[in-house]
Amino acid sequence: MSAGIEVVRAGALTTVQDEGRFGHAHLGVGRAGALDAPSARLANRLAGNPVTAALLETTATGCAVRPGRAVRVVVGGAPCRVTVDGRPVAWGAAVRVPAGAVLDAGPAAYGLRGYLAFSGGLEPEPVLGSRSADLLSGLGPAPLRDGDVLPLGPPAPVGAPYAGAVPWPGVPDELVLPVRFGPRHTWFTPAALRTLTTAAYRVSPHSNRIGLRTEGPALERARQGELPSEGMVLGAIQVPPDGRPVVFLNDHPTTGGYPVVGVVPEPALAAAARVVAGTVVRFVLGVR
Amino acid sequence: MSTRTPDGQERGRPPVVLPAGPDALLVELGSGEETEAFHAEVLRRRAAGELPGVREVVPAARTVLLDGIARDTAGLARELASWRVPPLRRDTGELVEIPVVYDGPDLAGVAEAWGVAVAEVARIHAGTGFRVAFCGFAPGFGYLTGLPDRFHLPRRATPRTRVPAGAVALAGPYTGVYPRPSPGGWQLIGRMPDPAALWNPDREPPALLAPGARVRFVEAGTGASTSTSTSTSTSTGTGTGMGTGTGMGTGTSTGTGTSTGTGAGA
Repeated sequence: MSAGIEVVRAGALTTVQDEGRFGHAHLGVGRAGALDAPSARLANRLAGNPVTAALLETTATGCAVRPGRAVRVVVGGAPCRVTVDGRPVAWGAAVRVPAGAVLDAGPAAYGLRGYLAFSGGLEPEPVLGSRSADLLSGLGPAPLRDGDVLPLGPPAPVGAPYAGAVPWPGVPDELVLPVRFGPRHTWFTPAALRTLTTAAYRVSPHSNRIGLRTEGPALERARQGELPSEGMVLGAIQVPPDGRPVVFLNDHPTTGGYPVVGVVPEPALAAAARVVAGTVVRFVLGVR
Repeated sequence: MSTRTPDGQERGRPPVVLPAGPDALLVELGSGEETEAFHAEVLRRRAAGELPGVREVVPAARTVLLDGIARDTAGLARELASWRVPPLRRDTGELVEIPVVYDGPDLAGVAEAWGVAVAEVARIHAGTGFRVAFCGFAPGFGYLTGLPDRFHLPRRATPRTRVPAGAVALAGPYTGVYPRPSPGGWQLIGRMPDPAALWNPDREPPALLAPGARVRFVEAGTGASTSTSTSTSTSTGTGTGMGTGTGMGTGTSTGTGTSTGTGAGA
């Protein structure tokens, strides 16, 4: 790898992500991976990459990079202003960035998480089969800092597909998350289950890649005491002692001791990655 | 809870299978022993190709989670509930030996709680055959069972903000070794001189203490050069791939603000 991507402005939290790390949950290693998987896959496809290629995930403030060789870049996910050496270029479409030019993906106009896919893909050393940063376990590449250089893979011989208008997922005004009760819904009162599926919650500013925390009515337990630590799935709605539901996202712990009232099916979680603090969240009983 | 049948055989209650979303099942057992036995049975059947379409198997204190199920979960749930699981054999599985210098800051307190001389703690601990029941808290942290009931102690009332890598610790029915520095509330009785061996992502398996492994602690004097050995040839490189992580929780919340549960902390 002769060329890399130099980080000019790392932004609030920018990490390398791919589809994630599987098969190690029993060792305490979660999956990690891009939170808004459909947007990450679309960015990769438009850059001419396999969907498994590693890319950057930005948080609210975007980031700026300087590639060491000419590269095709797609900035997608949360809509933002994109410039190359200060000149505006297209968002959501393949842009050619000359060697040494600065590509700047600005702050999100709306939404939260942006994706920067580079033709050839980012190639930091994989850990347990994935290049994803896992912020809980500390595996994979560390969050970006100014001056970092990330290795870039060779671009695919076949170029990016021609694409006119492509459907980027929108950012919901109100986040609606389907829920399936279990495994520990019996630890809560019937009134609490009704509250969960009817009340309006808001996205807490303490949300992160580990979990979408919420603010709203507390869920009352029908059963007190401690639950022995048990395995946790992606999308689990864990209820800590303060009674406010936390929806586990990709960097969630693999085990936990607070009861899980229900689970949000994985395909619904991408929208949870797009919303900012303060957004209304509604949990609705899933339709089979 | 387990009951005794008229012929004196120990028999556990049937497993309770709970849904955990559209593609996962949480199997709850009556005791830690039954959980380890059920987990061993899951691994045996999976190795024999009898459990296709299950991506992750995560044992814990009283449960085994089957996640990433790419088949009819209701059918699998019925199947799991009907299994007849042989009792756990604690004498099978790879044997891992962990050298320990028994000089932890809680050693005297543990000796007092056990009602034995300080030197006896090492003898009792090193004389116990342990087994990794499950992992969690941090990559490479195993929850080891085998210590007799009378030696089970609560966690410290006030967790330490920093427990060094390699610390050998006790809490409840478990013994564990901290793979990296982190906050922690367990009773520290000693240290493993070479904690880098606990977690190496370039090795298969990356965790030295993987579920199902048998473990013996070997008293290693006072800081003599010792190395970890296993009955099979596993390399013990020093690459850890760690060090940039967010703070691990002490049981109530992680450093990044998401609660992870009381049972997960160490």
